Amino acid sequence: MRRIISVLMENEPGALSRVVGLFSQRGYNIDSLTVAPTEDQTLSRLTLTTQGDDRIIEQITKQLNKLVDVVKVIDLTEGAHVERELMLLKVRAGGAQRAEVKRTVDIFRGQIVDVGPAGYTVQIAGDSSKLDAFIATLPESDIVEVVRSGVCGLSRGEKSLRV
Amino acid sequence: MELLSGGDILLRALHDAGVKYLWGYPGGAALHIYDAIFRQDKVDHVLVRHEQAAVHAADAYSRTTGEVGAVLVTSGPGATNAITGIATAYMDSIPLVVISGQVVQDKIGDDAFQETDMIGVSRPIVKHSYLVKRPEDIAETIAKAFYIASSGRPGPVVVDIPKDVTDPNTKVAYSYPEKIKLRSYQPTTKGHSGQIKRAVKHLLAARRPVIYSGGGVIMANGSEQLRELARMLNYPVTNTLMGLGAYPGSDRQFLGMLGMHGTFEANTAMHHADLILAVGARFDDRVTNTPAKFCPNATIIHVDIDPTSISKTIRADIPIVGSCDQVMQEMIDQIAASGKRPDGEAIGEWWQQIDEWRERHGLYTASRYGESGGEIIKPQDVIKTLYKVTEGKAYVTSDVGQHQMFAAQYYLFDDPRKWVNSGGLGTMGYGLPAAMGAKMAHPEADVACVTGEGSIQMNIQELSTCTQHQLPVKIINLNNQALGMVKQWQDMQYGSRYSHILYEDSLPDFVKLAEAYGHVGMKVTRYEDLEPAMRECFALKDRTVFLDVYVDPGEHVYPMHVAPGSMRDLWLSKTERT
Repeated sequence: MRRIISVLMENEPGALSRVVGLFSQRGYNIDSLTVAPTEDQTLSRLTLTTQGDDRIIEQITKQLNKLVDVVKVIDLTEGAHVERELMLLKVRAGGAQRAEVKRTVDIFRGQIVDVGPAGYTVQIAGDSSKLDAFIATLPESDIVEVVRSGVCGLSRGEKSLRV
Repeated sequence: MELLSGGDILLRALHDAGVKYLWGYPGGAALHIYDAIFRQDKVDHVLVRHEQAAVHAADAYSRTTGEVGAVLVTSGPGATNAITGIATAYMDSIPLVVISGQVVQDKIGDDAFQETDMIGVSRPIVKHSYLVKRPEDIAETIAKAFYIASSGRPGPVVVDIPKDVTDPNTKVAYSYPEKIKLRSYQPTTKGHSGQIKRAVKHLLAARRPVIYSGGGVIMANGSEQLRELARMLNYPVTNTLMGLGAYPGSDRQFLGMLGMHGTFEANTAMHHADLILAVGARFDDRVTNTPAKFCPNATIIHVDIDPTSISKTIRADIPIVGSCDQVMQEMIDQIAASGKRPDGEAIGEWWQQIDEWRERHGLYTASRYGESGGEIIKPQDVIKTLYKVTEGKAYVTSDVGQHQMFAAQYYLFDDPRKWVNSGGLGTMGYGLPAAMGAKMAHPEADVACVTGEGSIQMNIQELSTCTQHQLPVKIINLNNQALGMVKQWQDMQYGSRYSHILYEDSLPDFVKLAEAYGHVGMKVTRYEDLEPAMRECFALKDRTVFLDVYVDPGEHVYPMHVAPGSMRDLWLSKTERT
């Protein structure tokens, strides 16, 4: 089962490599990973998506908590949460296709952030399945390049990940 | 305020952290530090012959005292040589602070001479690590390193110090923090009272209980609580390889070690138990045999300071995160306050059953191996003789292999911190440097290194360290002229095809070798000479003695788990199995 794990950790050199190293060392997978400092510059927030049954996820969260640099860990997928991923996509769009691509972008509430004679650069944000769905609307041969940020998320309501 | 260089600050901080001995080996990136060592007399430096030995010695110093071991090595090869020692300590949760020199910060990343990314290389085998970038940060980093190494589940911490940080020309103020608090590191030490209450209820209701205790009890100094708890309940106790000595080896309630080479009675009792109290043990694969077949009827209470150890391989019914000594003390207090005791009749029947198992195949009720005599010396008898001659009071270190298992089975440790071996990583070459560390910590006590002709050669250069630092340890070499444990597996699983376990007459003359280092060498080939030689060996109080005992090369270690299988599936001899 896909899980989103959110980690609050010291913004120290080497902290990220300890988290990533833990996953390879223990044989867990990372499907996506995103990390940046928070409003408090001494802390970083890392969000990763992984797969596993309850037992594996329990081990992953316990192992993450054990890292000295890690302050707090939550599994966002345990409760209601908001998740977003950002995608930039360069797509061929010439002639009659141009209007069609523009329409699809509008339907997905994306934005065209760069325009060239042969195509567009599209920006779309949403949960990962929405981004997958957008990609599926385009003929494979028209996609020039795709970059995705990886998932970030927050739990809904009062619950928060703070020191 | 007094201004000090980074090197002087480091030494001052080590002293303030309580370090008496610093095991190490100098080199370019550590030279400013070595100059600072020269200028002071509070911390004793012990020069070894290989950095791996420095780490093992500090590790054994820690195991036999409970203090944090300290090591100093240079960058590059000095640091990488220390890696096996660090991994050994990591697997067995031994608190160490390993300081490595690093190239100057300007050169980091340039592939400079003797540069290795020590933080990166050591990352998977340390509890934590620090790269120190300014001399102002040294004292606090050292204080943090010692705090992290020794608290929670202990482990090794690496502190990598670039050479410019210890430059004698840069001087800064010294202050050692009185207290360390880290917002990201607050290990749980007190067990949850509600969980303990639940556990006690199950404990008192048990009809076939076993207490399975491991190295965590020793690390937490919880032996007293373990003894008190076991005695007030009259429950049988088995120890893991790492836990030997936590419960007295010669006590009636002790079933011996459990696991792959554990006793018949310990493994069989575990299999039939209706309740297992696991304390400071981690259900290692060398204990459980096949996890799916592990103790099918048991309710499992698991006490450990490390939450990741709980339900990692075997699901715990009642998990308790906390320090073993504290949790067991609370169990004792709750049981005492309740005024309840276990069902005497059921426990009586359980003991009857256990005694019957002991009688049938017990390791100590009758000889489980052939007889020594003439030119045949059974390795087990060497350990029994060692036990007799040292009256069970020696610190015993071991290497890895058959001799290690024989020592674990036949030397009955009555006290914690007396048995010193590489349990988790299984590091050959551990024994001799470990004996040095134990001897440095306990100069008046007998220290024996039980080894084999394979393992001893992995760190034999340390005989020279024993000479220089006058460390009169006794090396008991169980010489079977083969890599015995590998040979046993090749016998049992590979049709006795002996692939690369023999030395083809290339073994050194260990007597002459010992003498070359200034020690006493003795060779024993006849059983009748064994005890007199052993007595002579230990009578030579101030000499390092290499006792080379030729043992039966065909001997196997039994019992041995039949894999895959349950705890009770055992080979009892070459031909007999349960």
